[in-house]
Amino acid sequence: MKTRRPRLASLAGFATSLLLGLLAAAPAARAAAVEAVVQDPYLELRTGPGRGFPVTQVVDRGAPVSLLRRRTDWIKVRGADGTEGWAHRSQLERTLTPEGEPLALPGPAPESRAEHRWETTIGTGDFDGASMVSAGVAFLPVPSLQLRADVSHLLGNYSNGWLGTVGLAHVFMPEWRVSPFVGLGGGVLHIEPKATLVQTEDRTDTTAYAGIGVRGFLTNRFLLQAEYRQYVVFTSRDDNEEIDAWTLAFAYFF
Amino acid sequence: MDPGLRLLLLSGLALLALASPPRAAAQEAAGAKPATPQVVEPQVKRREVKPAALDNENFEAGAFLGVVSIEDFGSSFSYGARLAYHFTEDLFAEATVGSAEAGRTSYEELSGSAELLTDSERRFTHYDLSLGWNVLPGEVFLGGSRAMPSAVYLTLGAGSTRFAGDDHFTVVLGAGLRVLANDWLAVHVDARNLAFESDLLGENKLTHNLQFTFGLTAFF
Repeated sequence: MKTRRPRLASLAGFATSLLLGLLAAAPAARAAAVEAVVQDPYLELRTGPGRGFPVTQVVDRGAPVSLLRRRTDWIKVRGADGTEGWAHRSQLERTLTPEGEPLALPGPAPESRAEHRWETTIGTGDFDGASMVSAGVAFLPVPSLQLRADVSHLLGNYSNGWLGTVGLAHVFMPEWRVSPFVGLGGGVLHIEPKATLVQTEDRTDTTAYAGIGVRGFLTNRFLLQAEYRQYVVFTSRDDNEEIDAWTLAFAYFF
Repeated sequence: MDPGLRLLLLSGLALLALASPPRAAAQEAAGAKPATPQVVEPQVKRREVKPAALDNENFEAGAFLGVVSIEDFGSSFSYGARLAYHFTEDLFAEATVGSAEAGRTSYEELSGSAELLTDSERRFTHYDLSLGWNVLPGEVFLGGSRAMPSAVYLTLGAGSTRFAGDDHFTVVLGAGLRVLANDWLAVHVDARNLAFESDLLGENKLTHNLQFTFGLTAFF
């Protein structure tokens, strides 16, 4: 117990300093506001970052506004007279900078479905009878090609384990709403048999997979993806092991 | 020409060149146009449209405290941390880790001495990756002058629970209320069900472990 206390203390210290850092960062972020000039007949300001919040203020065309912070597709702005409210990105994209150029907001536009570069996934599935919890990241040098890295936690009745893979996936029609894809890759599989049931040792083997799947856009940046993979595990025994795996995952791109 | 003098003249020219563009810009800004027509077309470099350096606050991180009722093992103090990413105003993903120390079963209490688990096996740790939906967004009113954005959300996810010397695949179903105290600080009240199969007491059964927590998070 004595040895754990300093670790806990340092963790608590780290968390506290993180919180203090966040506290300190908040006013600093407010100071660095972006300026824009309204081009629509008027800019609607809502009381909160959501479509259901009421519009309580408007800023007229030609008036300057300061952009304070952004949450999802909503941006908090402040008018010249100090009125504050949340405006939607679609309306702010029609404003101009004080230099008269169109305002470019960071992040991919909702219509850029086929132009994203990074994607993250979380999912669950079945790995040879064991349940699987997965998280992954993908880089897309071109819209139809993905360089993927996935980590999965395997939880079975007789053994638990970890699976880490890297691979390539080819998405046939990235601009379509629903598109099939194929994948190839390899990785490491670590299995820990449950001690109470079977007296075998932990083992770590290399593995390779081939996969096929289908993915569809639920919204412009949000996908549902179903995939089947066949793994070949290169065991130290005489025979290689073949394993079927199914996953259902949500993907989101940046 | 003396090299020293040449250097002095050149550096003087360079200084002039450096100092003049801002002055010209200042004149333009003041609306003072040159009186004579310009013979030489000024070579204005087109400025690239840079994305506005706006503070994106879609991540949410924080800690929670509460109670978890571990099936057959009583209720225990529970604590943990959460990290969320908000995709849209409706959807978010959430990673949660938590820990608790399980109590004793009724059998252990009544029998007096028979311990089912060792101390380290009583540690109940869990993690999950969930998808959340802000199903009822709205505002919460505090007194007559304060209105705070809020949302009732539902989460569904999968993860793992380590308890009684084993890892269990865990399905997590949750509901919660998030109230934004200011632009970046949120207060959460959550109720979650951590469901996993366990054969600890002989037969394999699905256990429901209800967790009620109070949390504070910061958007960044």
